[in-house]
Amino acid sequence: MKLESFDRQLTVINVGLETFAESVRAQGVEVVDVDFRPSPYDAPRLYRTRAGVDIEAANAEAVRRIASGKAVLVGLGIARDVIPGMRDQMILHAGPPITWDRMCGPVRGAIIGACLYEGWAQSPDDAAQLAAGVGAQLVGVQLGGAQLVGAQLIAPLRFEPCHHHHAVGPMAGIISPSMPVWIIENAAFGNRAFCTLNEGLGKVLRFGAFAPEVIEKLKWMETTLYPALDRAVRSMDGGVDIKNLIAQALYMGDECHNRNKAGTSLFLRAIAPALARTCGDRETIARVIEFIDRNDHFFLNLSMPAAKALTEPAEGIEGATIVTTMARNGTDFGIRIAGLPGQWFVAPAGRVKGLYFPGFTEADANPDMGDSTITETAGFGGMAMAGAPAIVKFVGGVPQDALDATLEMYDICATEHNTFLIPALNFRGAPLGIDVRRVVETGISPRLNTGIAHKEPGIGQVGAGLLRAPIECFVAAFEEMRPTTDDR
Amino acid sequence: MIVQTLIKPGEYRDSVALMLIARELTALPGVADVSVVMGTPANKAVLAQAGLLNDAANAATPNDLLIAVKAKDDAAARAALHKAQELLAQRAASPQIGSAARPRTLRAALRATPGANLAIVSVAGQYAAAQAWDALRAGLHVLLFSDHVAVEDEIALKEYARDQGLLLMGPGAGTALINGVGLGFANAVPRGNIGIVAAAGTGLQEVSTLIAKAGAGITQGIGTGGRDVSERVGGIMMLEGLRALQADPKTRVIVIVSKLPAPSVTEKILAQVGTSDKPTVLALMSNLSLRGAIFATKQSPIREVEIASHKTLAMTARDLREAAALAVALSRGESVNAARKKLAAEDRALAIKARALRRKLNARQRYARGLYSGGTLCEETMRIWQASLGAVWSNAPLDPKFKLPDSNQSRRHTVVDLGEEEFTIGRPHPMIDNSVRVKRLLQEARDPSVAVIALDVVIGYGAHPDPAAELGAAIAEAKAIARKRGRELIVVASVTGTENDPQSLSRQTIALKKAGTIVLESNAVVAKFASCIVG
Repeated sequence: MKLESFDRQLTVINVGLETFAESVRAQGVEVVDVDFRPSPYDAPRLYRTRAGVDIEAANAEAVRRIASGKAVLVGLGIARDVIPGMRDQMILHAGPPITWDRMCGPVRGAIIGACLYEGWAQSPDDAAQLAAGVGAQLVGVQLGGAQLVGAQLIAPLRFEPCHHHHAVGPMAGIISPSMPVWIIENAAFGNRAFCTLNEGLGKVLRFGAFAPEVIEKLKWMETTLYPALDRAVRSMDGGVDIKNLIAQALYMGDECHNRNKAGTSLFLRAIAPALARTCGDRETIARVIEFIDRNDHFFLNLSMPAAKALTEPAEGIEGATIVTTMARNGTDFGIRIAGLPGQWFVAPAGRVKGLYFPGFTEADANPDMGDSTITETAGFGGMAMAGAPAIVKFVGGVPQDALDATLEMYDICATEHNTFLIPALNFRGAPLGIDVRRVVETGISPRLNTGIAHKEPGIGQVGAGLLRAPIECFVAAFEEMRPTTDDR
Repeated sequence: MIVQTLIKPGEYRDSVALMLIARELTALPGVADVSVVMGTPANKAVLAQAGLLNDAANAATPNDLLIAVKAKDDAAARAALHKAQELLAQRAASPQIGSAARPRTLRAALRATPGANLAIVSVAGQYAAAQAWDALRAGLHVLLFSDHVAVEDEIALKEYARDQGLLLMGPGAGTALINGVGLGFANAVPRGNIGIVAAAGTGLQEVSTLIAKAGAGITQGIGTGGRDVSERVGGIMMLEGLRALQADPKTRVIVIVSKLPAPSVTEKILAQVGTSDKPTVLALMSNLSLRGAIFATKQSPIREVEIASHKTLAMTARDLREAAALAVALSRGESVNAARKKLAAEDRALAIKARALRRKLNARQRYARGLYSGGTLCEETMRIWQASLGAVWSNAPLDPKFKLPDSNQSRRHTVVDLGEEEFTIGRPHPMIDNSVRVKRLLQEARDPSVAVIALDVVIGYGAHPDPAAELGAAIAEAKAIARKRGRELIVVASVTGTENDPQSLSRQTIALKKAGTIVLESNAVVAKFASCIVG
């Protein structure tokens, strides 16, 4: 029997009666007192799957893959050319699968905008009609293939989640075939992820706006911004290491989900020389730099696909209960876990608590929306709140709340990130790898940072705030993994 | 001088963190210069100036972490690069932040305090096993205070712990003394050279405090939980604890404290005792002599050891007080027989004092009552009274024949264990709250057949902050009740505790004496004294 601790100083963890912790502390011994609360779901401990797979080992492999991945911006491309499985007449959206009839206002608005942008419809009404027809077909009403919309014959649209195509999109997350997208490569595992370019604030497609100026801006992005950035990135040897920029931004007060000031600045700094060298037109250079500089969230559309590229290699590890996807479509919140990659576990999307722009209230808010929660899945965003104390202002909090938020997330995560570090927590790694078992055991659901869209299409962002993921998704995933007997 | 480099592609650290690593590496023997930087052109230029830039380093990109070492030879350079990897992999614990941020799980607590090595688990029984598993799997020893843990879980936990070289003390283990720290209900006992392994929590408290009162001290006090010595559990932790103490160089003498184990477990314990030459005292709360016990164990090798040689000095103690006295004598190399004689002399003096007091009682006052908070002390009193007085009634009797039909009503000689579940459902344990005992004390005082009431007062960590205040007032009132009815009531008690306990042994003793209590050194003496009064 090795009882080497007979020679070591005692350090105690107390789970239960506080008096025991107090009396140990009174003897000058370091003691950590756990704030134990029973699982609200009366869930047994899961150590093995029904098939006998060691969950702990599977999860260790999942988080090892996520932490050891690379995320390098290698270039840009047009969605139809670069996104696997992207076809004409296809529209990708945020969150789990959904049909037109159940889509929320902003997602419908963004789809209408995409139809106008692609030239599939000449008016918002035509676009809605086109989209609705497809929706009806998807829910089972046979319309016989092509249909007449306005004066032209249009093939039916097909809606699929971005996540089914290695892509992610903020808010409505709409990607249509002609849109330019970032290409992020995970060199360690050979996979790629995609995301559109961030349009900026105000009236923008991702919040469901489809006014002419929205479409005009998208066209400018396609014809001017995209080629300029693509040339610049491709001229840079080895591209731009986005994972590295995220790690730096976390040192600078970003959590790279709801705050991207530092990340955007770092990116601009990284790309500016190449941009100047590869673009012949000074005015274009100036406008590109201006566009990036005036949008504090420009980096979000890089941090998101980076997160996607990092998490995807964990998908398909048998028995792993680590969350690889959290995404919302404005109606439903869905998660997927590493051990069951094809399966969505869905619950109604939550309401965001936050600050509203002048003239708007909670009554105007659409439920939680977007694929941006991929950041929390990958070990930053809400997980790294302690590194971004400025964000707690959204809910009237104090910096201590930001620290507490991250500390709480350690309770439900499998490990700590080896690269995404948090200075305020003595450079501890950010919590990484949400484990559905721990969510169910503790009743603590992941904290999310997010923007708030108006519930009506075409209005745009009305605020920003914080919320938690609906725990029902995690309970459903847990139940799916739970073996019939409690096996340790 | 040679230069060696290591490139960690895509790894990012803040420059301050990197400078700290460089400083630590520079201090290594044989190392002349170190640079740990991101591989930017500017950094590489600085490296080149310092003569640290070789071809490998020159290939590093701004996204790569670059470590360059100039050392006197290959071995020194390699050692420095190895250390660099180690430092890069190191994770600091986060600073203690306000109580609002208490971890919700044992795993999270452990991540914040990577050096933790022992867990105290006292959550409700149905959640306790899972918490104990978390702790064991993380490599922590466990004091499992919780009751109502399934015996299957106990066996699985203990087998796992044994295979990992860990202690799983419990379930139902209220007391442990590990590395001089009292855990659960424990006392401030000095360090010494006597090790205790106990399947009886208050037994461990009583023996360790009696050892302290005698001026000796404890190495480790390992609790196993009462069910450990049952046939089903098979004494897994009793044996592991015993082995640990046998192997511990600081432990010179071992005391085993337990209610009578299952015969097969007794056999295993005795066999294990026989493997070591450390003197061992067995307080098995039985009236068996060791020779009797050996006889009962058939072919146990200890018989030969004990009978044929004096190599293993193993002896039984009749009670906890004798166990402590023998252990102290052994620990000092003093004569065991002299120690036994001293106890016998004390007993005789006590008997004389008891007889003198007896004259104050009337003829109807014939019975002794014991009101106990500690289960082991309760049993000790029952055994002593049974030997001298015969039948002893109880809610937890030695002989099922004498189970009280109503635990709230005493009969003849009665000892009540107020720590039993029937008294503690929805109420704190009597070591924390004496209200049930106070009520019962006053009830016994009104009984004209009662001559003497015996009490245990257990102090120390976890116990009531001032039990003598609560009990003293009640004792004074009980004596007043009896006096009003024209009789004398004798109350005798011992205080299980030490001077360094938060409640202070002397302060408790004085308060009890002021209330008219006869305070004696140990519970065994209290029981003997009471039995002399009515016997």
